[in-house]
Amino acid sequence: MSKPARERLSLVGLTGLTALTLAACGGGSSSGDAGTAGDDIAVAAADDSCEVASSELPAGVHQFTVTNSGSKVTEFYVYADGDRVMGEVENIAPGVARELRVELPAGNYEATCKPGMIGDGIRSALTVSGEAPTLSEDETLAQAGTDYQRYVQSQTGALVEQTTAFVNAVKAGDIEGAKALFPVARTYWERIEPVAESFGDLDPIIDGREGDQAEGEDFTGFHRIEQALWQTGDVSDMGPYADQLLTNVQEIATRSNDVQLNALQLANGAKGLLDEIATGKITGEEDRYSHTDLWDFQGNLDGSQNAVQSLRPYLEKADPALVGEIDDRFAAAQAELATYRQGDGFVFYDQLTEDQLRGLSDTITALTASVSQVAEVVAQK
Amino acid sequence: MSDSARRELRPAGLSRRRFFGLAGAGTAGVIAAGAAGGVIGRATAEEPATSAATAAAAATEAVPFTGAHQAGIVTPAQDRLHFVAFDVITDDRAELVAMLQAWTAAARRMTAGQDAGEVGAVDGGQYAVPDDTGEALDLPASGLTLTVGFGPTLFTTDDGVDRFGLAARRPAPLTELPAFRGDAIDPAISGGDLCVQACANDPQVAVHAIRNLVRLGAGVVSVRWSQLGFGRTSSTSSGQATPRNLFGFKDGTDNLKAESPKALDQFVWVTDGDPGADWLAGGSYVVTRKIRMRIEPWDTSTLAEQEQTIGRTKKAGAPLGQRDEFDPVDFTKQVDGDFAIPQTSHVFLAHPTNSGTAILRRGYSFVDGSDGLGRLAAGLFFIAYQRDPATGFVQVQQNLRTDAMNEYIQHTSSAVFACPPGITGDDDWWGRALFS
Repeated sequence: MSKPARERLSLVGLTGLTALTLAACGGGSSSGDAGTAGDDIAVAAADDSCEVASSELPAGVHQFTVTNSGSKVTEFYVYADGDRVMGEVENIAPGVARELRVELPAGNYEATCKPGMIGDGIRSALTVSGEAPTLSEDETLAQAGTDYQRYVQSQTGALVEQTTAFVNAVKAGDIEGAKALFPVARTYWERIEPVAESFGDLDPIIDGREGDQAEGEDFTGFHRIEQALWQTGDVSDMGPYADQLLTNVQEIATRSNDVQLNALQLANGAKGLLDEIATGKITGEEDRYSHTDLWDFQGNLDGSQNAVQSLRPYLEKADPALVGEIDDRFAAAQAELATYRQGDGFVFYDQLTEDQLRGLSDTITALTASVSQVAEVVAQK
Repeated sequence: MSDSARRELRPAGLSRRRFFGLAGAGTAGVIAAGAAGGVIGRATAEEPATSAATAAAAATEAVPFTGAHQAGIVTPAQDRLHFVAFDVITDDRAELVAMLQAWTAAARRMTAGQDAGEVGAVDGGQYAVPDDTGEALDLPASGLTLTVGFGPTLFTTDDGVDRFGLAARRPAPLTELPAFRGDAIDPAISGGDLCVQACANDPQVAVHAIRNLVRLGAGVVSVRWSQLGFGRTSSTSSGQATPRNLFGFKDGTDNLKAESPKALDQFVWVTDGDPGADWLAGGSYVVTRKIRMRIEPWDTSTLAEQEQTIGRTKKAGAPLGQRDEFDPVDFTKQVDGDFAIPQTSHVFLAHPTNSGTAILRRGYSFVDGSDGLGRLAAGLFFIAYQRDPATGFVQVQQNLRTDAMNEYIQHTSSAVFACPPGITGDDDWWGRALFS
């Protein structure tokens, strides 16, 4: 959280949040309502491999069952061009199997496992043949909102799960366990920050920083517990804060189900996420006790990329040059950030030099200049 | 205060900007007239009103962007500076060229008093990001000049990489300056692959220009350092009164001036036959040095000490032993058996007679607030143009080893750039000859 809640409302614009209408649509949908799958494709995910049983499929609804035999939490994605997410399952713990149902029109895709939940992942080609649907411009833009909504739902699901694990560790007094889970749970939060922040009553009590509160208000949420974990090392009185955090995160997840953004809101949300990086993460303000800002950075960057990519089918027709520029600059930002990966996570913020921060800042500045042009393109429709 | 209330305070028929522009120019005119009357005492006393009016017009007017030489070098020094140095962060020559072309187009518009982009700050529709930032809307051109330069690291990086295929085009004189005695150079505010000097009579116009060039450079360049300056500390035209620097002394009395084309050709402009003349002829080298003044020790020294340190009188700016500012500097003149102008004085050591060369100075005062000890973080942002840094600034500076002024100053930054010749046509752009 970086700006007063009132200001942030305009980022997404509550008035534009329309209740979800389950319109029939030609693109991907990953949840249980995607139709009946005629198959069940096994995906064997390990720490260093990702084996998909089929690489050629007919167009239609498919089910993947992803089994994680590795030691790291993993994720499974089906990407279209430009890493547009057609379907994904998050947060697959070691030893766990999860299902993904996704509708895939004809085209070239990449099945991707992300052990440790970071990086480009382990990819293999997936060719889908058959009839490719032709969508009108309006349908393409409407599809963007539906795609993004599906993304938000997958993220909030993982957010609730990881926050539950975090909260349990805090309440059990497991300091090291809670410290390890803190940036992981926040990753999902940061990916969908513009949506989460649109709930002006919940955002400040989930993600407020010390000093943001009005007189008489308590300092609560992620950062209150972060302070206890890293500053005092004593979480014995954090139980009520942990319970309240989980309740509020669950509430966000429920309410997000009803959020569908229009194209302009997606464009502004994508840009807003990059602004979050520039104002909160590059400055080290977000996680001032844990210095896990680069995890949040990655979450914002991924979330922004996802929002833009949901608009990709439209943008490819309306402004292909801009799409190329945005692709290049997302790749550059991802590569720059990747240089600070360490183990399953990142270097801590307070270990970064001024020069390194400037390099990160430069890539975000460039990317923002490109992404900021998306709003005008989609508004011309 | 409401907008209407604010409007009440303005003379009828003048926009807010027009009002402030005139007020500012009027003030400048008064100062100029006062200085001229007090110093020179020539037969101009009956003309102050005319002079003030001329100065007011000139302060808001546009300076031509095109010409044989870049504007902003011999252009009569404007009152305000925003100087910025960039690192180029792409390795893609085409991206760099495209940015230089975009910069040239924006500079062409902004120096004419127009918005940076073709659409403008407010005419692009509600969902477009404006192609101008808008803070100069309604402001006149204000004498804005934008002067670009290429640093040695553009040609070959510090670790020897020729990123843009330019290494062979680097003229030999374009090389980092040597270390000088007493230097305390901070690399973070030194060097750079590119520079832009923005000078204007309105600080907002200068800042607006740099801000928009920075915006256009996203992904291609990153600002390495920048410096704001005020109160030009040199006159570059004999039509300008000599200003005072923060030591309180007139600075630039014997500067190279626009009215001396022969001297400019000899000391400022790169000429056919010089290294790199294939792309740099008609251009020049700019050296910048941030010179922190030790204000408090200076302010507690006696007038005699100050004048002996500089070599001129504080009031008139006359060479010691003379009466008026423009009296000839006579290093042989003695007073009571001593040289009137001490041999350790700044004027003695820096003067062309003793340094054997001349440079065109174009510096500005700066005050960056105060330092952690409550002392004024102030001084001179020194800018000098020359035909070759080795026989220009370097030669002068090496002659200043024994300068009494060194006790009161410290150089904290250093940079050198080659400034290409002027933009000559509608399709010309900054660096075309270098990149072609």
